[in-house]
Amino acid sequence: MRLSRFRGDDAFKLVAAALAASVLVILLLMGYTLLRSSVPVLERFGLYFFTGTKWNSAAGHEIYGALPYMLGTLVTSAIALIIGVPISLGIAIFLSEMSPRRIRIPISNLVELLAAVPSVIYGLWGFFVFRFFLADYIEAPLSAYLGWIPVFSGPVLGVDVLAAGCILSIMIIPTVSSVSREVISAVPNSVREGAYSIGATRWEVTRNWVLSYARSGLFGAVILGLGRAVGETIAVSMVIGNAVGPQALPTSLLKPGQTMSSLILNLFFEATPGTYEFSAILGVGLFLMILAFSINILARLMVTRVLKVKGGAVE
Amino acid sequence: MDRYTVRRLKDRLFTLLGAACVVIAVIPLGSILLEVIVKGAPALSWAFLTTSSLPSPTSPGGIGPAIQGTLVMVGLTSLFGIPIGVMSGIYLAEYGNNRYADAMRLFSDVLTEFPSIIAGITIYLVFVLVFGYSPLAGALALSFILIPIVSRTTEESIKLVPNSIREGSSALGIRKWRATVSIVLRAARSGLITGSLLAVARVAGETAPLLFTAFGDTYYLHSLNGPAGSLTMYIFTDWKQPYSGYQQAAWGAALVLILIVLAINIAVRLASWERRMGRR
Amino acid sequence: MKFDRNAVSTTTAGLAVALVVVIVAAGAYIALSGSTTAKVTTTTNTVTSTNTVTSVSTPTQLQSSSLDGAGSSFVYPLMAAWITQYFSVHTNVQINYQSVGSGAGISDLEAHTVDYAASDAPLQTADQAKAPHALTIPDAIGSVTVAYNLPHIGTGLNLTGAVLAQIFAGNITKWNDPAIVNLQTNATLKATLPNQQIIVVHRSDSSGTSFTFTGFLTQDSAAWAKEIGQAKAPAWPTGYGSNGNSGVAGFVQGTHYTMGYVELAYALTSTPKLTLVAVQNPAGMYVLPTQATSTAAATALPTLPAGNANWASINLLNQPGANTYPIVTFTYIFVYQELNVNTAQTSGKSAAGATALVQFLWWVVTTGQQQSTTLGYVPLPQNVVTLDEQTIQSITYNGQSLPTT
Repeated sequence: MRLSRFRGDDAFKLVAAALAASVLVILLLMGYTLLRSSVPVLERFGLYFFTGTKWNSAAGHEIYGALPYMLGTLVTSAIALIIGVPISLGIAIFLSEMSPRRIRIPISNLVELLAAVPSVIYGLWGFFVFRFFLADYIEAPLSAYLGWIPVFSGPVLGVDVLAAGCILSIMIIPTVSSVSREVISAVPNSVREGAYSIGATRWEVTRNWVLSYARSGLFGAVILGLGRAVGETIAVSMVIGNAVGPQALPTSLLKPGQTMSSLILNLFFEATPGTYEFSAILGVGLFLMILAFSINILARLMVTRVLKVKGGAVE
Repeated sequence: MDRYTVRRLKDRLFTLLGAACVVIAVIPLGSILLEVIVKGAPALSWAFLTTSSLPSPTSPGGIGPAIQGTLVMVGLTSLFGIPIGVMSGIYLAEYGNNRYADAMRLFSDVLTEFPSIIAGITIYLVFVLVFGYSPLAGALALSFILIPIVSRTTEESIKLVPNSIREGSSALGIRKWRATVSIVLRAARSGLITGSLLAVARVAGETAPLLFTAFGDTYYLHSLNGPAGSLTMYIFTDWKQPYSGYQQAAWGAALVLILIVLAINIAVRLASWERRMGRR
Repeated sequence: MKFDRNAVSTTTAGLAVALVVVIVAAGAYIALSGSTTAKVTTTTNTVTSTNTVTSVSTPTQLQSSSLDGAGSSFVYPLMAAWITQYFSVHTNVQINYQSVGSGAGISDLEAHTVDYAASDAPLQTADQAKAPHALTIPDAIGSVTVAYNLPHIGTGLNLTGAVLAQIFAGNITKWNDPAIVNLQTNATLKATLPNQQIIVVHRSDSSGTSFTFTGFLTQDSAAWAKEIGQAKAPAWPTGYGSNGNSGVAGFVQGTHYTMGYVELAYALTSTPKLTLVAVQNPAGMYVLPTQATSTAAATALPTLPAGNANWASINLLNQPGANTYPIVTFTYIFVYQELNVNTAQTSGKSAAGATALVQFLWWVVTTGQQQSTTLGYVPLPQNVVTLDEQTIQSITYNGQSLPTT
C-alpha cells in the first residue's frame, strides 16, 4: 500500500470511524462519572440502598434507600405499557394491514406528531387539563366502586402514580406503534398471500399469520416503549405528586409517588457535591442508567434481528 | 348467521377497533394543541416575544431571553453535533460492515431513547463544576442526544443511495472518500437535512439536560459564559406559580415552543412525503 | 408522476436555509452585544495592586456586571422586586436569581456556582464547614402561613401548633375531625367543615420555609420533635410534594381540600387569594398572618450575633405578644467574606463584579427595605440594618474593602 495514493481514503475512514465512536465515548463518560460519584453511598449503605425505603438527609440521621423510586419507575412504566401497548398495536395493525392505503401516510404522520411534542408541554397539559379528566371520569368511579381495594385507595386528585402512567402511555404510543409497523411490514408478503389464497379475511390473516410471524419484533417494540417510559423525567415529575421516603412506595395508584428520574430532578440542586446525599442521588442515576441501557439494548437487539436493513451498499 | 358472515363481521369489528385506537391516540394531540393555543395566545404580543422582563402576578413579562437561549444552544449543539453525527453516519453506511460498526450502531440507537437527565448530570459533573453554568455546557448536554439521532438518520439516508452511483464514480477513478463526500452525500442530502432538522426539533424540546447545565436566565445573553435560559426551562419554572401572569407566560412560551417544533416536524414530513411514495 | 427520491424539495431547502440564518443571527447577536460587557479585565486588577488604595476607584461603576444568586423561594417575590427596582436605577448591573429553594442555594454557594445564596434557614454547622467564612446577612422578615382550600369556606380557620403537627403527621385525616372542630369559634364554620380527607401539601425540595415551619411544629409538639424534628427536607409522613413556595401555593389554589404552608407574599398575591389559617400564638390568641402581626414579632428580637458568627440557633418563632403571629422568620443572604475565592466558577468575579455585589447588598438592606411592606414582608428594624451594614463593610476583594455606594 503506497501511502501517497491511499492516504486520503485511509485518513477519511479513520476520522469517520473515530467520530462514530463518539456515541461510545458519550456512554462511557456517563457511566464512569455516575459510577465514580455513587461509590461513597454504596460503600456506606450497601444493600440498604436497593432494598430500603427511608430517605433522610438531615445531619446525623442520614439514610438513603432508593427502593420506593425504583418501584415507582417500574409501576409507572408498567401502567404505561398496559395502556399504551394495546393502543399502539391497534394503530400499527390498522395502519399496516387493515386500513385503506390512501390514508396510511397522513394518519401515521399524525400519530408520529405525538412524539414531537416536548415533554414539558405534556406535563403542562397533564397538570392543567388531563388531571381533571382523569380525576372526574376515571379516578372518581374507580375510587367509588373499587376504593376498598388497597391498590385503588387514595384521594381523587389526578396527580398520582396513575396520572404519570397515563401520560407516559401517551408518550410511548408513537414509538411503539411506528416500530411495530416496521416490524409488521417486514413480514414477507408470501405469508400474507398464502393466507389470502385460502380465503382468510384481513383480520384472520393478521391475527393468525402476520402477528405470529412478527412476534419477536413486536416484543422488541414493546421493550422499546418500556425503555422510553423509564427514561422520561419532566412530564412525570409534573404529575406524579412528589412523595419522598416510605410513603413514596407505590402501594396505590391514587397516591402520590416518585420515580427515579423525578427524584433526581427534585433533589439534585440542593445536594452539595461531595456529600452522601449527592452521592445517593447519583447512585439513583446510576441505577436508572443501567436499567435504561439494558432495556434499550435488549429491545434494539430484538428489533434489528427481525428488520433487515434495506438499501444500498456497505463496503 | 353463517360462519362466513361472522368472520366478515369480526374483520369489520377489528378494523373499527384499530381505527378507534388511532382516534384515541390522536385525541390527546388535539387537546394539547387546542389548550396551548387557547391558553397561550392571550399572552402573545411583540413585547412578550422580545423583552426580557420578569413575569409578575398580573403580566406575563417577556420571553425574549428564553427564545434567544433556545436558539443559541440549539445552534451551538448543531454546529459541532451535526458534523460529528454526519461523519459517524457516513462511517456506518460506507464502511460499517463489521462488528465495531454494529456496536456503534447499537449504541447510537440506545442513546436516542436514553434518559436525557443523565446527560445533564454528566455535563454538570464534568464541565459545570469546573467552568460554571453556560450555554456551551447546555449545548454539550444536548449533543448527547443530537449526535446519535443525526448519525442514524444520516446512515439510513446514505444507504438509500443506489450502488450504481458509487460504482459509477469508482469507474471514473474518483477516490472513495471524495466520492462519498461529493457525490453520495449530495445524493442523500434531503435525507440528511430532514434527519438533522428532526434532531434539532427534538433537542429544542429538551428540558432536563439544560436545567443542570444552563441553569436558566432572565436576561439576554451577552457571552457564552454564565447561565442561559431556554423556552423549555422557562415553562418548567413558571408553570406552577399561582399567579395568572406567570401561568399565562408559561402557556405563551409553550405556544411558541410547540409552534417551532411542530413547524419543523410538519415541514419535514411534507418534504419526505415524496420519498415515501416509493415504499409500501 | 415519478418522484425523484433524492431531490430536495423546496420546503426542505427553505427550512435548511432558515436554520442556518437563525444560527448565524444568534451568533451575531452574541458577538455584537458582547462588546458592551467587561468581564474579568486584567487592567483593572493591576490598577488595584499598584495603586495600593484601600478602595477601587469609582470608574468601575460604568462597567457592566452580572451577578448570580440562588436559593429561597420564600424571599423570591421580594427579591424579584428588588432586582427589577435596582436594575431600573443601575442598568449596568444584571442580577439573575433562581428560586431553587434554600437548600439548593446553600449548595450552590458551597460549590461556588453563585455569587450569593438566599435562605430562610441559617447555616448549620455542616454548611459552615463547607462554606468557610460565609457571612450571614438578614435581608427581610417574613411569615409562613398555612393555606387551605375548602369550597365555600373563607379565611380564618383556627388551628393550634399541636393540631397542625398532627395533621402534617397524618394522624388527623379529616377536615371535620373533632380536634379541629373544637378549636373553631365561628358557629357556621364549625357546622360546615366537610367530611373529606385533608390533602396535605408540603415541599418536595429542600426549603428554608420547611425549616421554619417544622421548627414551629417542633416547638409546639413534643411528638413531632421526637419523630420528625426540624429540617429543610424533613421525612414527611404524608402528603403531596411540590417544588418551591409557588408550587405549594399553586397546588393548594388549584385543588380542593388541600392544606399547605406558604410564605405570606404568595398567599396575598395569588389570584385568587389563598384562605389562611389563624394560628394560635403563645398568648393563646388565634392570629391571622398579616403584615401587622408579622411586624409584631420583630419588636422583641433576640440578641443577634455578628455577621461572621454562627446563626444556627436564631429564630423568630412563637414571639411574645397578644397580636403576634407565631410562625415568623428572618430570611438571609449568604456571601463569602472574601470575594476573590475560587473564581473559576462564579461569573465575572472581578473587582467590578465584587463592587457591584457589595453595592447591591447595601442597597437591599437600606433603600430596598421600603419595598418590603407592599409585598407583605416586614422591613428590618434599625438595629438589624446597622448590624448588616457592618457585615457588608467587612466584605473584601483581595483583602481590600469595597465602596458600598
